[in-house]
Amino acid sequence: MARKISILIVDDEESVRDSLNNWFVEDGYQVEVAENARKALQLIESSQYDIILADIKMPGMDGLEMLRRIKALKQDAIVIVMTAFASVNTAVMALKDGAYDYVTKPFDPDDLSHLIRNASKQIELSQENETLKNKVSSLDNVEDLIGNSEAMKKVLKQVESVAQSNSSVIITGESGTGKELIARAIHANSSRKYYPLVSVHCGALTESLLESELFGHEKGAFTGAMYNRKGRFEMADSGTIFLDEIATISSKMQIELLRVLETKTFVRVGGNKETSSDFRVICATNRDLKSMVEQGIFREDLYYRLNVVNISIPPLRERVEDIPLLVDYFIKKYCTTMNKPHITIDDAAMQRLGEYPFPGNIRELENMIERAIVIGNGKKITLKDLPFGKDMIDNSIESLDDFEKSFIRQILNKYSWNITRTAKALKVDRVTLYNKIKKYDLKPEE
Amino acid sequence: MTQQNITLISFGYLGKHFLEEIAQAVTREYTYPVIVKESHLDLNEFFDASRRQYNGNKLLTAVNAISNETALKTIGLFSVDLFIPILTYIFGQALLNGQTGIASLYRLSNERYGIEPDDKLLLERFTKEVIHELGHTFGLIHCTTPVCVMRSSTYVEDIDQKDRGLCNNCRAHLGQDHSV
Repeated sequence: MARKISILIVDDEESVRDSLNNWFVEDGYQVEVAENARKALQLIESSQYDIILADIKMPGMDGLEMLRRIKALKQDAIVIVMTAFASVNTAVMALKDGAYDYVTKPFDPDDLSHLIRNASKQIELSQENETLKNKVSSLDNVEDLIGNSEAMKKVLKQVESVAQSNSSVIITGESGTGKELIARAIHANSSRKYYPLVSVHCGALTESLLESELFGHEKGAFTGAMYNRKGRFEMADSGTIFLDEIATISSKMQIELLRVLETKTFVRVGGNKETSSDFRVICATNRDLKSMVEQGIFREDLYYRLNVVNISIPPLRERVEDIPLLVDYFIKKYCTTMNKPHITIDDAAMQRLGEYPFPGNIRELENMIERAIVIGNGKKITLKDLPFGKDMIDNSIESLDDFEKSFIRQILNKYSWNITRTAKALKVDRVTLYNKIKKYDLKPEE
Repeated sequence: MTQQNITLISFGYLGKHFLEEIAQAVTREYTYPVIVKESHLDLNEFFDASRRQYNGNKLLTAVNAISNETALKTIGLFSVDLFIPILTYIFGQALLNGQTGIASLYRLSNERYGIEPDDKLLLERFTKEVIHELGHTFGLIHCTTPVCVMRSSTYVEDIDQKDRGLCNNCRAHLGQDHSV
């Protein structure tokens, strides 16, 4: 139920105060009265009033002076001034000083009702607006970034400090650590939050598709380009563009991207007109970009252009203390989504989760909890509901490359990084194995 | 011991039949016995020459002063144009959760608005106004239900839109505080 609108009546005439008080109380408003401006200001300083209905002509401090002081205290206060017919000019001055409206005494009952109803509506709308703004912020904010560990606190602090700037950000972290959530949190806390956050998964697109996706294309630019299409940079105008898996883009795209970042202008594929867009760029990668620069795979100038701020998200195994919080969060999330009663997890299951290295990080934990809720008894998650064992899925694997990397690493470890034996086991030659090791930046574990 | 009642005091000639009809409607709505009385006040004392109207606040105080102790609620019925200092006119007013209210039929008649007289409609409007002011004395505030008699009415057309009775919500509120 909506709270009662509160009204403060300020008038030196007792009969006016009483009449208005009765009128508004009968209408269900919460009413207080003050016989002069000084008392009214004291009340306003200590309490919150939605509407202040004040007489202009009062002994001592008049309504106009009071209005100015109220506005200095609370700029968004709704002040309605009451005036005698003869002093309408003064009422107009009050409007210029920020009064919401004025009424001429005595008022027609209907005029008064309308005025207060309209003011109440404005208050309700602005409250609703505020609630929605908060809701939007909290949805995209840090709600999903669960963690009380020092490592996570550090990340959240970085998010907070970098959000208000316009600098490019690179978010690094293993697969499944929540890089996109961090990007969303930065966007949601920035001044660009009411504009779009446009995400592009660079690794999922071929060079030509990525080019068309980022810059857009003109009709007839290539086979199948039947319409003009805006690119993601254009869509992100005034907002933020999030380039995930930035390390996977080709050398050609690196050059083009660098140019766009430097000039904030681009040309649609098949077009000849330069288009400009005001966007902030946030990138993410699970690779070591610096070493890619050293190896000459990634352009140094682009790296420095992107890497103004680097936020490194720790893997879940380095913040084990966050696991109970995350488990609780995912249980609540999925029980709500699946319309199930809130369940708990037993100690043995929780202990096992704490010991597990989570190569797939939070994504893996989330999938585990979702699965446990689906297959469990609906009361408590136990060890048997968790996929430790044969049916365990490596959630860190998202592509064939990931699979190949993981598999090669596994065999290399099995043969203690003996290249000849590993190559033989994998049925490839040594040169191929060296190339794969280089490609995936594999190193013996210390 | 005298049974608690609602007293309607007519100040000025309103017609016996007219008053009885209102009394019956009030009894139906609030289930208390209704006593109808006639009384006299020197209305000149309440007349504001600058506004050519009668001061509703002063009249309410006067009715409150003469209301009988045995009356649970008292409504003074008038046929003069009522005002309160801040408003150009009122149909009536009452003390919220108090004992007394007033109502006037002055602005309820069709001829006031240049339309053919309609006594039946006038009675209907005045009955609603009396039930409305009584509702305030029982602690009811204005209701947003379009047909509820407790809906605020600033024009006669508004009064015509609503029913004589309380909506379920207002009736429930009434039941919480009064064994009506």
